[in-house]
Amino acid sequence: MDLLTPELGLFFWTTIAFLSVFFLLRKFAWGPILKALSERETGIADSIATAERLKKEMAQMQNENEQLMAKAREERTAMLREARIEQERIINKAKEDTKAITDKMLVDARQQIEQQKMAALTEVKNQIGNLAVEVAEKVLRKELAGAESQNAYAHTLVEDIKLN
Amino acid sequence: MVVKRLFSLLVLILTLSVSAISVYAQHGPEGHETTTGHGHEATEEKKGFNASEVIFGHIRDSHYWHLFDINGHPVSLSLPVIIYHPEKGLEMFSASKFHHGHESYNGYYIDHNVKMKEKIASEDGAAIKDFSITKNVVSMFLSVIILLVLMINVAKKYKKNGVMKAPSGFQNALEPVITFIRDEVAKPNLGSKYMAYMPLLLTVFFFIWVNNLLGLLPGGANFTGNIAVTACLAAISFIVMMAKSNKHYWSHLLNPPGVPLGIKFLLVPIEIMSMFIKPMALCIRLFANMLAGHIVILSVISMIFIFAALNQVAGIVFVPFSLAFSVFMFSLELLVAAIQAFIFANLTAVFIGQAIEEPHHGEHAH
Repeated sequence: MDLLTPELGLFFWTTIAFLSVFFLLRKFAWGPILKALSERETGIADSIATAERLKKEMAQMQNENEQLMAKAREERTAMLREARIEQERIINKAKEDTKAITDKMLVDARQQIEQQKMAALTEVKNQIGNLAVEVAEKVLRKELAGAESQNAYAHTLVEDIKLN
Repeated sequence: MVVKRLFSLLVLILTLSVSAISVYAQHGPEGHETTTGHGHEATEEKKGFNASEVIFGHIRDSHYWHLFDINGHPVSLSLPVIIYHPEKGLEMFSASKFHHGHESYNGYYIDHNVKMKEKIASEDGAAIKDFSITKNVVSMFLSVIILLVLMINVAKKYKKNGVMKAPSGFQNALEPVITFIRDEVAKPNLGSKYMAYMPLLLTVFFFIWVNNLLGLLPGGANFTGNIAVTACLAAISFIVMMAKSNKHYWSHLLNPPGVPLGIKFLLVPIEIMSMFIKPMALCIRLFANMLAGHIVILSVISMIFIFAALNQVAGIVFVPFSLAFSVFMFSLELLVAAIQAFIFANLTAVFIGQAIEEPHHGEHAH
């Protein structure tokens, strides 16, 4: 078969052409292209890794934020509770103080009233005494208008003194 | 893939049988002319359409680039003929000196007894070597220029745009192919050292693919369907395989472990034979696939003229069928062009991978 016997000339030229195209492309095309492709792949891998790392960092930061927030919230609640206790304490103290003052005032008032009452009573007694003396003086003046009655009376008085 | 191989095998068998018949058919009237050598054979061809003549005219290598015929006169580019004569030395002249094979020049003539080739012979019977820039060589140079221009431009684009920019234009078309060769061909077969073989695999793949496609263009040369070309490519991959083979490969080949001595005497010759059969299979696979594709397309188109020669109406009726089938075959050939390039690159990677494989435990013998 003529078809199956290779021609030397074509074999020769193919060898030359293939080898030259191989060496030229290796130097000027495949080298740069393959380098660029692998560089891009490592670049993409790096970017993905960086993104992943950032994502993790973000998550961590968020976590920390949340922790901080929770802590702040707790602190706020504690402060509120303390404030309420303080408030109650102050109110209670105020109430107690007020009560003490009013009690004292009441006691004072009662004492004063007692004193006034005593004073008034004394005065009333004095007046009544005076009135009784005046009445007795008038009765006596009328009774002792005569000399006999004056002696009788003096007698009784003397008797009283004797008895004492 | 299996279906396609079976199909191309079938096509090859069909076409080879057809060509055998046509060779046999032509041998009869041609036989007595051998003494006169070159010259006049066109006289009896006039009476009908000779399909095998047309087909082999298209698929064989030529010293002209035949474009078309006007009133039976071929219009073609005459290509340079370079001949090495053992006594006269190197000679170079235009193929137009042969006047389409009708005349001899400087003691050389086109031997018409060799049907499937356009062989130049010397009148003094010397064993000359033909280094002519034939149609196939011109087509190959064209493919080399296309490859260099396209690939170097793409490489420049990578340099210009920087690495992290999205590819654009032809770069975008090329990149998936390159990454495909890297990820599907080189990495699985060659292991960690795949990067060293990427330039070879890429060159093999694109060289074959571009030449396959150029061969499909109307008027294109049947470059990859020529056994000299595929033999050259297979030889290159064989040389790379041998040059890179390691001790592990040779020890496995010459002294298979875990095999009884008696079997070794049987196995080692087979292994050595398989070493040479691998590149031969590479060579013949590509050659046969591309040749068969060309022959089928040409045969289908030739059928129009065969039927027309029998009966004009039959010829006209057959036109749509023939065109539909040739369009189908052409689409198939476009696919085959890429697939064969891929298979060649892939098998090259597989063979090199076997030769450079490092020893590791638990390995089965192969």
